[in-house]
Amino acid sequence: MISATNISKQFGKLMALDNISVTYPAGECIALIGPNGSGKTTFIKSILGMVVPDSGKILFKGKDIAHDCHYRSDIGYMPQIGRYPENMTVGQVLEMMKDIRNHRGSLDDDLINDFNFKSLLNKRMRTLSGGTRQKVSAALAFMFNPEVLILDEPTAGLDPVASEILKQKIVREKEKGKLILITSHVLSELDDIVTQVMYMQDGKMMFYKPFDLLQFETGENKLSKAIAMIMQQNQFSDIL
Amino acid sequence: MKKIIKYIITDILRNKIILSYTAFLLAISFTIFSLEDNSTKGLLSLLNIVLIIVPLISIIFSTIYIYNSAEFIELLVSQPLQRKKIWLGLFTGLAGSFTIAFLIGAGIPIILFEATAVGFMILAVGILLSIIFVAIAMFAAVKIRDKAKGIGVTILLWLYFSLLFDGIVLFLLFQFSDYPIEKPMIAVSMLNPIDIGRILILLKMDVSALMGYTGAVFKDFFGTTTGMVTSFLILALWMICPLLISLRKFDRKDL
Repeated sequence: MISATNISKQFGKLMALDNISVTYPAGECIALIGPNGSGKTTFIKSILGMVVPDSGKILFKGKDIAHDCHYRSDIGYMPQIGRYPENMTVGQVLEMMKDIRNHRGSLDDDLINDFNFKSLLNKRMRTLSGGTRQKVSAALAFMFNPEVLILDEPTAGLDPVASEILKQKIVREKEKGKLILITSHVLSELDDIVTQVMYMQDGKMMFYKPFDLLQFETGENKLSKAIAMIMQQNQFSDIL
Repeated sequence: MKKIIKYIITDILRNKIILSYTAFLLAISFTIFSLEDNSTKGLLSLLNIVLIIVPLISIIFSTIYIYNSAEFIELLVSQPLQRKKIWLGLFTGLAGSFTIAFLIGAGIPIILFEATAVGFMILAVGILLSIIFVAIAMFAAVKIRDKAKGIGVTILLWLYFSLLFDGIVLFLLFQFSDYPIEKPMIAVSMLNPIDIGRILILLKMDVSALMGYTGAVFKDFFGTTTGMVTSFLILALWMICPLLISLRKFDRKDL
């Protein structure tokens, strides 16, 4: 569905992405994991065309995404920090996105109902708390029934109830055979969703393998423990 | 693109600066015209406002507006929309609002009190200057990431175009006063849209005699149809060049 070949991106002296090649088939749920500043968000943004890579190319359904924009109608993106026009109300933002997307077919308003948006619709974006903004971002990402969902730190800032609602929603979408790409620091909540794990460090892709293989190799069931194990091994190999 | 323009214009209207700008222009033009018994004098006062206030408000408001819409732009870029259309939509929204504001604020009094060739020239120059300075603001805002620095640079640009440039021209005039520099002066004046506007209006007012031999040379050039067409073409270039460069930059910008 999405394939990247030799993607590199430099910000000044910092190598944000270093020659990354990866292919994501449809129907998978990929966890993109790595320490802060390892290039996860930059990589996601290059898939979305928000960051233009210095070299390499990204194919979406076999088509080069450079200078194209239509492919984005198949993607639902939930940013790490949702930033919206400050003096629009939540209702206006939702209406505007519907208007801009020009979506044919039914809208998915599961999250709008589950998050109880009714009381929020008339509130201006600038008055919302971080968590409520995240709810708006989540609702927008799922609203247009996209084939690909890209979720950057989806549960950061959400309360446990909202977090659980979102997680259930992700599971349901995954069962529909959608490609889901998640980055998260809170690894424990990814355990039952993830099928593939991609680990990044300093802009490089350290590995990309199925979760069950990772569980087998490390002998750990939990994603967080498996990753911790690998990080320790890496440190040992650095010392040796 | 129409949708983007629609959202930008509603947003600009919601923030009341453009409305107060229109009201300010209306108030000042009416005052000027009713204070002076001779409406040509009124036009001359209006000229200074057009040449100083209009570029200032357009460039500063547009720059701040673009920086403040960073979130909105980011949101749009992640949607199935072409970047070019987003940027052009932003430009059209800003330039359109300023054109309408000027048309109402200065256009109505001019048509009421002084519907002459000079009046319409002021109107045309005012509209062109509004659009040109929106384009320059877009260029500065896409080039500079930091908001404070960007706004500082646009203030300096405005200072340059409305004050410093004239200082440099005067300096050149004095330094080279022994040489026949009237004709090169025409070329130099093309480097500043405000100057082109000022010369176009002053020559329409027939006060060029006051400018001595330079005035005569200017009249020779700007007074003819070719000269007029050339200067309007140059003004159009002042509009298109910053816009196109900013468009190219925005197309490759990382958000």
